[in-house]
Amino acid sequence: MAQRATNLFSLARQALSHHRNWPRLWAAAEPRRHYQAIIIGAGGHGLATAYYLVREHGLSDVAVIERGWVGGGNTGRNTTIVRSNYLWDESAHLYEHSLKLWEGLTRELDYNVMFSQRGVLNLAHTVHDVREAKRRVNANRLNGIDAEFLDRDGVKAVCPGLDVSPTRRFPILGATWQKRGGVARHDAVAWGFARAASRLGVDVIENCPVEGFLIDNGVCKGVRTGKGEITADKVGIVVAGQSSVLAGMAGFRLPVTSHPLQAMVSEPIKPVVPCVVMSGQVHAYVSQSDKGELVLGAGIDRRNGYGQRGSFPVLEQEAAALLELFPAFSRLRLMRSWGGTVDTCPDASPIIGRTPIDNLFINCGWGTGGFKSTPGSGWVFAHTLATGQPHPLNAPFSLDRFTSGALIDEHGAAGVAH
Amino acid sequence: MLRISCPWCGPRDETEFGYGGQAHLKRPDNPEALDDAAWAEFLFLRDNPEGPFVERWVHSHGCRRWFNAVRDTKTDRVIATYRPDETPPEAAKMVLKGQEGGR
Ligand SMILES: Cc1cc2nc3c(=O)[nH]c(=O)nc-3n(C[C@H](O)[C@H](O)[C@H](O)COP(=O)(O)OP(=O)(O)OC[C@H]3O[C@@H](n4cnc5c(N)ncnc54)[C@H](O)[C@@H]3O)c2cc1C
Ligand SMILES: [Zn+2]
Repeated sequence: MAQRATNLFSLARQALSHHRNWPRLWAAAEPRRHYQAIIIGAGGHGLATAYYLVREHGLSDVAVIERGWVGGGNTGRNTTIVRSNYLWDESAHLYEHSLKLWEGLTRELDYNVMFSQRGVLNLAHTVHDVREAKRRVNANRLNGIDAEFLDRDGVKAVCPGLDVSPTRRFPILGATWQKRGGVARHDAVAWGFARAASRLGVDVIENCPVEGFLIDNGVCKGVRTGKGEITADKVGIVVAGQSSVLAGMAGFRLPVTSHPLQAMVSEPIKPVVPCVVMSGQVHAYVSQSDKGELVLGAGIDRRNGYGQRGSFPVLEQEAAALLELFPAFSRLRLMRSWGGTVDTCPDASPIIGRTPIDNLFINCGWGTGGFKSTPGSGWVFAHTLATGQPHPLNAPFSLDRFTSGALIDEHGAAGVAH
Repeated sequence: MLRISCPWCGPRDETEFGYGGQAHLKRPDNPEALDDAAWAEFLFLRDNPEGPFVERWVHSHGCRRWFNAVRDTKTDRVIATYRPDETPPEAAKMVLKGQEGGR
């Protein structure tokens, strides 16, 4: 095993030279003519797919092709909430598989992804919320997922900063509590997978947009890129907000629409939010970064949009929602905001599997909530590409569920954009 | 924030409007005659272009009427708006030609 990426000594040594001499984490690769598998999109999901293709399925010859830079899409723009407390069996199994991978990910990648299992609260503000929350807790437990229902005092004990007084407009009546949920460092996830994949021989090719597909008689033979044509036995599309555009290049349509999703951070303050707090009712989700900033996520802008920016009123609403939960934050200043482009699906569940074109596969539709499934998504998609068949975990998430009617409606558990 | 021009009321802030997605979708005349794939297409498949898009908006906090717009989804520029009973302007016609659902 090669030397570790970071340790106390390398930190000290690099500090002496003002951090100018850190080695590259992954090799800069130029495309070869042919690969066993090409993954389009170097977000977390694409990189994880490439990693597991080599690591679990023994492929030796894999490329990840990225039009911009590693982790520059939603992976590097999200609010990093990780949990697995989804309602339906299909989702519960998929997200829980991912959460288990998260628990060993730093060791697996030999790179600190700063996965912090600080617990996730999903607040209930109405009698109906409470019923739904309890139903979800029970469903989770039947699926072996850690879940508890906390009453008002329980919520206050976990997160004392929340205003739980009954006089609020949206009083907090209780919450679901998943202790194993938490947050991770988004950039580190992309970099860790890129580094680990590169060490296994995967070519990570940046600044190389895919502009079309080589399709012969309904069979995909490769891609056309800004750096020329590259052929491959199998191709996987993992491009989040750009999924419809890539599907269009291959001549098929997807039931997804692309929307702006925004987030923002406050100035850094002392530790005050010890866990992740989410509320579907007032539509807020917040956690506190190690630097002390509050990380706040907004809802999607309803309109379609590819501009990686949304409208100001959406941020204003998010701030108002936060103050409903934590009136004490009213004087906090916001430092910066940004946006990504998310691909939302009609049933708030992803699409992972085959396309109408042979040897062309797609992993998309994660919308506002796919960061949590980064390792699991890559793991099942690698299986799908390597064997040509979905793994039982992702079989229910096929594209043809929209024709068969077997939708997996997770609007309740997805709740807020997260 | 977008400024959108309601064909009846003139330019207003985006917050006055609701969004209705792809415009000029037509409910199949004879739904029971469709097979599952065609029905799924009507229910779930929408155009999702990066660039000019013909879409519906409703002036919820104004005249409460629906209308159509051509907007570039990449730049957010609103290129044209028009009433549902008007013939679509050139900008819309060009997009509609390539738009699958626009029958
Ligand atoms: C503001 C915000 C907050 C969020 N919060 C959460 C959260 O708290 N928890 C959670 O679980 N999820 C969250 N999400 C969702 C999550 O970020 C995504 O579901 C997930 O990161 C998707 O990962 P990905 O690897 O599929 O996509 P991306 O990281 O977007 O990667 C796709 C890559 O494909 C590349 N690409 C596109 N077109 C081409 C082309 N033609 N050729 C080559 N490459 C191309 C892009 O440049 C990009 O790098 C949030 C998203 C946003 C925007
Ligand atoms: Zn009007």
